[in-house]
Amino acid sequence: MSGLIIDNVSMTFELPNGGKVEALKNINLDIKEGELMSVLGPSGCGKSTLLNILAGFLAPTEGVMTLSGEPITAPSSERGMVFQHGALFEWMNVAKNIGFGPKMKGTPQAEIDAKVEELLDIVGLQDFAEKMIYEMSGGMQQRVALARCLANEPDVILMDEPLGALDALTREKMQSLVLDIWKKTGKTIILITHSVEEALLLGERLIVMAPRPGRIHKEYRLPFAELGVGADLREVKRHDEFGPTRDEILNMIWNMEEEIMGRAE
Amino acid sequence: MTIFNTPIPATIGEFISLNTPDGGEVASLLSTTFWMIFGIAIIFGIYLLFSAGSWLIHKLFMDGRDKAKGYTSLKTVTFGDESAVVANRFASVASVIAVFFFWALATGSSLLGPIQLPAPFQGETSFEYTAVNAAGESDTATVNLLVHAFDAKPNMAAAEAKASGFAQNGALKIRERRTALLSSKKIGAKETEGFQVTHVNGEAITAGGTVDFGNGEVLLTPKGSLQVRPYGGMTMEALYLPSPEGVWKSFVQLNKEGYTNVGLWENVFWSLIRVVLGFALGCLFGIPLGFAMGLSNWFRGWFDPIVEFMRPVPPLALIPLIIIWFGIGEQGKISLLFLAALWIMTIAARAGVSGVNISKVHAAYSLGATKRQLLMKVILPNSLPEIFTGARVAMGVCWGTVVAAELVAAEKGAGKMIIAASKFQLTDIVIIGIIIIGIIGFAIEVLMRKIENRLIPWKGRG
Ligand SMILES: Nc1ncnc2c1ncn2[C@@H]1O[C@H](COP(=O)(O)OP(=O)(O)OP(=O)(O)O)[C@@H](O)[C@H]1O
Ligand SMILES: [Mg+2]
Repeated sequence: MSGLIIDNVSMTFELPNGGKVEALKNINLDIKEGELMSVLGPSGCGKSTLLNILAGFLAPTEGVMTLSGEPITAPSSERGMVFQHGALFEWMNVAKNIGFGPKMKGTPQAEIDAKVEELLDIVGLQDFAEKMIYEMSGGMQQRVALARCLANEPDVILMDEPLGALDALTREKMQSLVLDIWKKTGKTIILITHSVEEALLLGERLIVMAPRPGRIHKEYRLPFAELGVGADLREVKRHDEFGPTRDEILNMIWNMEEEIMGRAE
Repeated sequence: MTIFNTPIPATIGEFISLNTPDGGEVASLLSTTFWMIFGIAIIFGIYLLFSAGSWLIHKLFMDGRDKAKGYTSLKTVTFGDESAVVANRFASVASVIAVFFFWALATGSSLLGPIQLPAPFQGETSFEYTAVNAAGESDTATVNLLVHAFDAKPNMAAAEAKASGFAQNGALKIRERRTALLSSKKIGAKETEGFQVTHVNGEAITAGGTVDFGNGEVLLTPKGSLQVRPYGGMTMEALYLPSPEGVWKSFVQLNKEGYTNVGLWENVFWSLIRVVLGFALGCLFGIPLGFAMGLSNWFRGWFDPIVEFMRPVPPLALIPLIIIWFGIGEQGKISLLFLAALWIMTIAARAGVSGVNISKVHAAYSLGATKRQLLMKVILPNSLPEIFTGARVAMGVCWGTVVAAELVAAEKGAGKMIIAASKFQLTDIVIIGIIIIGIIGFAIEVLMRKIENRLIPWKGRG
C-alpha cells in the first residue's frame, strides 16, 4: 500500500472571537500511486486547507493522513509543493532554485548540475539557467517552480492553483507540460484549481468539494487526462463528454455559490 | 515622613499648581513661535524669489534642452505621477549657487566683485561738538575718530591741544561695528564747571538723543558723555559668519596645521572609526537578537519589553548616563554608538524575519531543508533588504550621535573640533566642521546605497 490515504480528516479553525470554522469535515479519500487528481470547489470550501494538511504544514483536528502507510506529521521532501506565487527564492538564479532540494540533501554538485540541466530542458528553459527570478515572466517562474519541485523527486506533487495567475495561452502550454510530466514520471499529482476546464483536463479523478462544512460533494472518473497526453488539448475539449460534464460541474458549483450567498444575507 | 524634598501634594489642586508651567512663560513662548512664522516665511520667500528668477532664466535660455528622454518623455500624465518627477539639474545647481551667493553677500565677500551690500565704515573721520559751561559761554572742539578692523591695533596720534577755550579736542579709536564712549571728563568736564555738550556738528543734542555725523552717529548719554557708533554697514561680522573665501583659507590652513595639535582629518578619522566600530558591534549583536526574536516565542517575549522601551529613547538622552558610567573615554562613546545601532538593527532583523513570505518557508521545508538550512539559505537572504534599510538608518543615527557625544566629551573628533573652536569663537572652524560632517553623512548614505544595489539586486522586485 504505497498510496495516499486520507482517513476521516476534519479541520476546525477556532476564531479569535470564539467562533469556529469547519474548514473540513470527515474527508475520506484513497489516492493511488501515480494518480492524477484535481480538486474543484467554491472559494472557501477548504481546498487549500486539505492540501496544507497533506503537505504537513497543518495538523488536522481529527483523523489521519498516511503516505505509504506512514502518517503525515510534518513537511517532507516526499511531498513536493508548487505554490501559486512568491515561493521562489529571489536571491538565487534559476539553476540554483531548481537545484535547491538536492543541494539541501548534500547531493554532489556535478549530479545537481546534470539534473538541473535535464529539468530545464523538460520545462523549456534551457537558456535561462543563469537568469535571476525577477527577470522571468510569471509563466516562466511557474515552470521554474515546477522544475524545482521535480528536482527533489517527490512521490507526491501538490499544486495549489499553480496556473491561476497565467494568461490563457501560457496556461494551456503549462497544462500540457503537467500532463507530460505526469505520464513520464508516473508521480501522484494533486492539483487544486478554480477552472473547471483545467480540472477536467488535469484529472483522471476529479473531486468537487462543497463548503460549510468543507466536504467532498461529488467525484468523477474522467478520460480526458489520458487523452490529453501528447495531444492537442483543444482537441480534447471537443470530446463529446467534455462539454456536458463541464456544464454539469459549473451548475453544481454555481448552485453552491448561490446557496452561500443566500445564507450570508 | 517625606522622602522627597517637595512634600507629596495632598490635593489635586495642589498637584496642579505645583506642576503647571508659568502662564507668562508659556505665552511668551507661543508669541515667539508665532513671530517666527513670519521670520521663516520671509527667509523662505527671498529664497523662493531667487528660485523664481532662476526659473525664468532657465525658461528663457535653456528650455527644451534638458527635457526628459526615453520612456518618461512619452508620459502625458506627469503631474501626480511621482515617478515622472526628476530633480531638475539646473535648479539644483542654481540652488547651491544661490546659497553661496547669499552667504557671500551677507559677509561682504570679495568673490562677488562689485555686488556688495554697504560695508561698515572704516578709516579716519571726525566730528565737532559744542559745549557750554556754567557761565553760559560756549566753545567748539573737534573729535578725531579712527575706525579700524576688528583685530588691527593701529596707533593714533593724541588729540592736538587747543590754544584757547574750555572744550578740548578728543581722539578715539573704535573697532568697526563697535561703539566707543568718549567720557566728558576727557574733553573738559573735569576742569570746567557746568560742562555740557549742546551741539554736534552744529545740530542740537539732548541727553539720550543722537546726531548723525556722516560716518555714524553720536549719542549723548544721560551723564553727558558721548557714545560714538560708526556706521555698521549691512554685512555680517566674521565672528558670526565668516566669508566663503575666509572659510576656505581657514580650511587650507586647518588642513596643513590642524587645530589644537590634532589634524583635521585625524579628527574626522576618529569620529568615523567610532561610528564604524559602534555600528559593527550593534550589527554583531543586533542582527542575531532580531533573528532570535523573529524565530522564538521565548526570545520574543524576553526581549520585547527592553527593545520596545529602548527604541524610542533617543541615544542623545543616554549621553549623560554614559559619561557618568564610563567617563569621557573611548569606551563610553563606543557603548553609546553600540546602543544607538543595536535597537535599530534588532528591529530591522526582526522585521526581515517576519517579512518572509510563508510560501518560501513552506517550500524550503518541502524541499527537505533543515531548520539550520532554512535559516541560512532562506531567512537570512530574505531579510537582507530589511537589514540593509536598518543599516542605513543606523549609520545615519550613529553619525549624528557620535558628533553630539564628541560635543560633550572627547579628546579628538569632528564634534570635539567644532565645540573647542566655538569656545574661542573661531566660527570659520565651526563652519568647516559642520560642512565636513554634512558631506561625510551624505557620503555614508550614498555608499550604503551603492553597496545595497550591488548586494541585493532583487530588492523590491519580489
Ligand atoms: N488560519 C485560519 N484561521 C481561521 N480560518 C481559516 C484559516 N485558514 C482557512 N480558514 C477558513 O477555512 C475555510 C477554508 O479555507 P481554504 O483556504 O482552505 O479555502 P479554499 O478552498 O482554498 O479557498 P480559495 O479557493 O479561495 O483558495 C475558509 O472559510 C477560511 O476562512
Ligand atoms: Mg486556496
